[in-house]
Amino acid sequence: MRTIRLSLKSRRALLGLAFISPWLLGFIFLFATPLLQSIRFSLSNLSVAPGGYVLDFVGFKNFKDALLFDATYNRILVDSVGAMLLNVPMILFFSLFTATLLNQKFRGRTMARAIFFLPVILASSAVAAAESAGLINLMGDASAVDASADGGASFNVVSIVRMLADVGLPMAYVDYIVEAIMRIYEIISSSGVQILIFLAALQSVPGSMYEVAKIEGATAYESFWKITFPMVSPLILTNVIYTIIDSFAGSPVTQAIYQTAFKTQNFGLSSAMSWLYTLVIGLVLIVVGWVLSRRVHYN
Amino acid sequence: MYRVRHKTSDLLYSIFRYALVIGISFIILYPLFLKVSVAFKDKQDIYNPTIYMIPQHFTLDNIRLAAQVMDYLPLLANTLLFVTITTLLTAMSCALAGYGFARFSFPGSNVLFVLVILTILVPTSTLMVPMYLHFRSFDFMGMIQLFTGKNGINLLNTYWPSMITAATAGGLKAGLFIYIFRQFFKGMPKEIEEAALIDGAGGFKTFAQIMLPNAISPLITVILFSFVWQYNDTFYSALFMSESPLISLKVASLPAQANQLIPQLMGFGSNSGIKADPNYVAMIVDTGILLAIAPLIILYLFVQRYFVESIERSGVVG
Repeated sequence: MRTIRLSLKSRRALLGLAFISPWLLGFIFLFATPLLQSIRFSLSNLSVAPGGYVLDFVGFKNFKDALLFDATYNRILVDSVGAMLLNVPMILFFSLFTATLLNQKFRGRTMARAIFFLPVILASSAVAAAESAGLINLMGDASAVDASADGGASFNVVSIVRMLADVGLPMAYVDYIVEAIMRIYEIISSSGVQILIFLAALQSVPGSMYEVAKIEGATAYESFWKITFPMVSPLILTNVIYTIIDSFAGSPVTQAIYQTAFKTQNFGLSSAMSWLYTLVIGLVLIVVGWVLSRRVHYN
Repeated sequence: MYRVRHKTSDLLYSIFRYALVIGISFIILYPLFLKVSVAFKDKQDIYNPTIYMIPQHFTLDNIRLAAQVMDYLPLLANTLLFVTITTLLTAMSCALAGYGFARFSFPGSNVLFVLVILTILVPTSTLMVPMYLHFRSFDFMGMIQLFTGKNGINLLNTYWPSMITAATAGGLKAGLFIYIFRQFFKGMPKEIEEAALIDGAGGFKTFAQIMLPNAISPLITVILFSFVWQYNDTFYSALFMSESPLISLKVASLPAQANQLIPQLMGFGSNSGIKADPNYVAMIVDTGILLAIAPLIILYLFVQRYFVESIERSGVVG
């Protein structure tokens, strides 16, 4: 038997393949194959048969059904994309602000950090579901919860709106700020990871830069915009993308897709819905990535 | 004069900062305080409007009842076992893949890494139906049909689907973990491995004995995040093992179960038609939620300092 002598380079290449082989297997069989199957399902009518399933090709009927005939899908889709676009700037602003705050030296900083990252641990859709169900139980039905949430929040919102309108802000901004205040808990609890990433970025900025700026007479405000902000700007892109991806994990659209598949057993329609969702998200990611990456400063 | 003004502005700023930090901390901690207060509150305090947070009559009945409704201790043991195994498998497979992508160049390595990023970006709901059908009649490349003549095996409601996805680095947010490991290994000096190679260590030996012990900080990051996300996950667990005893699934169905079980546990027959006081049920549900997140909070108390440190060192930024 002749042994094949490989060069160091190709031996290293084989070794590399060996290292990634678990992932590669998983990727081919548990990601790429399902992804392609999902396209096929979305173009077919799927019925479950004993020990497998039967596909009938129906073309784009499922997509048409999802957009034109399903009672709620297009509304949910627009709503959740809208909510996402609204949330992303707020979460980013809040997490950058908080990271700068937590990066300063003050007594009790370790404890403050520990508390601020607690939502990362506790952000659980199961807990949220149980809590709202508990509230429904208490109130009688879901509409009562909606009404009470509105009622509970409205009394102090009015005064804020008046105050901001008196200052002379345009109504569009006032709406946005009010929205941000109403969602403060949601925003705080979904920006834990983003704060961590910004904090790490802030600590990688060399301290000598600030010293130089201080000697040259820059104010804290100037050194934030001229040093801190450009230095963390690559992470702003990372955080925007993370926030967008994070927001579709537990969104109402995912719920609708799940319900369609496993409650009404309409697997084809469900696949079509999820592909529409993927396309919309992909489009948003491409646009956001393209716009932001032109403004990012890389060192 | 100047110095005095400087001092007052510093003082004002630090007061402002404390107000902010304490305010935000309060918003985060308030629901937790509320649950702790409810957990120890006696039934007779429900309708007492003068009570804020600290109950007048303490009791452990709520905790006992909630634990009974949830079947708590076996549930917790089962969940911890499952989550620990999947976490370790995920960490292992992602570390291997991350190292492979960081240090070796083989044909198509860049394209493959782009595909790793793709797995982060595609919503999991797209893969839901095919994955479900795949594990419903699991058959690796037609092997089972070849040997036994059956149409694959049903792996649903077993731990295998999650184990398999974890071991092949395809589990929950695994793409992100591969990315973290790759960034870290890329930042390590190449000379270490060259020295190991000259001393005669093979590729896997170098990885296991030299690279991995040095990669403690990304390992901690990945293990922490993977553990927490797996513990809280409802998507995969509802999809693959909707009938398994896992805390995340149990919590989601807790309100319905509490309604059903509490009259029985209080000594009424199952057909007596007696319904428990909804306020009391809500109390038990809150206590149950507290019991469900308690292990995570206790874990967090011990490891929280690694959370920040490890992210800083793991090189997500670099």
